[in-house]
Amino acid sequence: MDIFAEKTILTVSRLTALLRGVLEENFEQVWVQGEVSNLSFPSSGHLYFTLKDTAAQLRCVMFKGAAKNLKFRPDDGIALIARGRISVYDQRGEYQLICEYLEPAGVGALQLAFMQLKERLAQEGLFDEGHKRPLPTFPRRVGVITSPTGAAIHDILNVLRRRFASVEILLYPVRVQGDGSAVEIARAIDDMNRLGLADVLIVGRGGGSLEDLWAFNEEVVARAVHRSKLPVISAVGHETDWTICDFAADLRAPTPSAAAELVIASSVELRGRMEALDHRLRLAIETRLAGMEARIDALRRSLHDPGTMLGHLAQRVDDLGGRLELALLNRAARSRGEFGNLYAGLMHNDPVRAIEGLRQRLTLLSLQGERLMTGKLEGMKHLFSSATARLEVLSPLQTLSRGYAIAATVDGSVLTDTCQLAVGDRIRLQLHHGRALCRVEELENPPDCIT
Amino acid sequence: MATEKFETSLKKLEEIVRRLEGGSLSLEEALKAFEEGVKHSSFCAKKLDEAERRVEVLLKRKDGTFAREPFEAEDA
Repeated sequence: MDIFAEKTILTVSRLTALLRGVLEENFEQVWVQGEVSNLSFPSSGHLYFTLKDTAAQLRCVMFKGAAKNLKFRPDDGIALIARGRISVYDQRGEYQLICEYLEPAGVGALQLAFMQLKERLAQEGLFDEGHKRPLPTFPRRVGVITSPTGAAIHDILNVLRRRFASVEILLYPVRVQGDGSAVEIARAIDDMNRLGLADVLIVGRGGGSLEDLWAFNEEVVARAVHRSKLPVISAVGHETDWTICDFAADLRAPTPSAAAELVIASSVELRGRMEALDHRLRLAIETRLAGMEARIDALRRSLHDPGTMLGHLAQRVDDLGGRLELALLNRAARSRGEFGNLYAGLMHNDPVRAIEGLRQRLTLLSLQGERLMTGKLEGMKHLFSSATARLEVLSPLQTLSRGYAIAATVDGSVLTDTCQLAVGDRIRLQLHHGRALCRVEELENPPDCIT
Repeated sequence: MATEKFETSLKKLEEIVRRLEGGSLSLEEALKAFEEGVKHSSFCAKKLDEAERRVEVLLKRKDGTFAREPFEAEDA
């Protein structure tokens, strides 16, 4: 059918369909830049707006499926670059750009999204300084929320090892980029709070592109950080990378290594302070003692030479000694005189002497006694010998010498009467010299003999 | 950890050092102060050394509970 032939009458629908076909075929993919106006974001999830410049405007729509991938939120008045295809909205008879991709003109989409979220959360008070908590002085256990294979945990452990920091590390492994990573990170923060296994958290990852770091710019992470009861140190990428997480955290570390340094900073600082004090303490007492020693030395030096001192003293001692001797001698002489007198007096009554005298007297008396005794003995001896002589004169033995004999029985009784005898008895005869045993042969008894 | 006790001890140590450096103490007082200072100093050192270096990883079990295991960094 030749639609341009005369009087070919088309229905509106038919014409519209034809126009749509033409437009869709020729403007399958176009890039267009303009300022956003009449933005609407109904509950359907589709996004409607108008792009305009000074002379024209273009109706635009972004359907739900594409809109949900938008990192930033389009806003009236901002310049956008849109990519899409031209189509026709039949019911209204309007052509429109069906957008597949949007980005802010001038800045990247992510940058814009970042700025917008940052502003919104700041207004909500998520970054308030008053909400930020101090880090613990001595963290006993540090929770690290990052990838177990990433650079961040490696750098953190290196720092702690290098600083000989005595601190426990509890790693909560999460993905740090890609779909769902932000939710994982947020959940990890919540879990750590619930479990109470750490007293400070480090949340972060190593460096990367803005897209790589994006999870840390997500609202869900910022909110988890904000509601964390444990202090959170955000450590994402390099020094120049700022993330929403950084703003929400209690402390932003430029890098994961720096986060580790911050965690142990207070204990390192305190250790330094303590060691300095310890040093000063010892120095003070040493200085004090050294000062004392110096003072004693000085005093010792200011004393006169002890040798000379001793010399003087010795001289003085000698001098006093001499005087003492003299005094003693005088005193002794005087005493000796007194003593002589006393001694003489004493000697006079010396008991030893008295005893000696008594002893001599005793000896004398003994001698006298002895002499007297001897004399008496002599006298008695003389008396005895004369008595003996006289006795000998009277002794029968003396008579025997003149020829007499004494007759006696064998048992020794002297015989004076023959009546005492019988013939045949044996008798003894004592002569002057010697004795004889005799037998009676014959008896001549006197008449008055009674037998 | 008794952070407060540590801070108190450190403050006392500071005060003792100041007094000792001031030099107005008698020798006996100075020696006593020194002895006390050494006590505080070693208490602080002990507190600082209390934690031990250990690295663990938190593992989530299927039932939602957690387990801690030693963590060996591949390249650390």
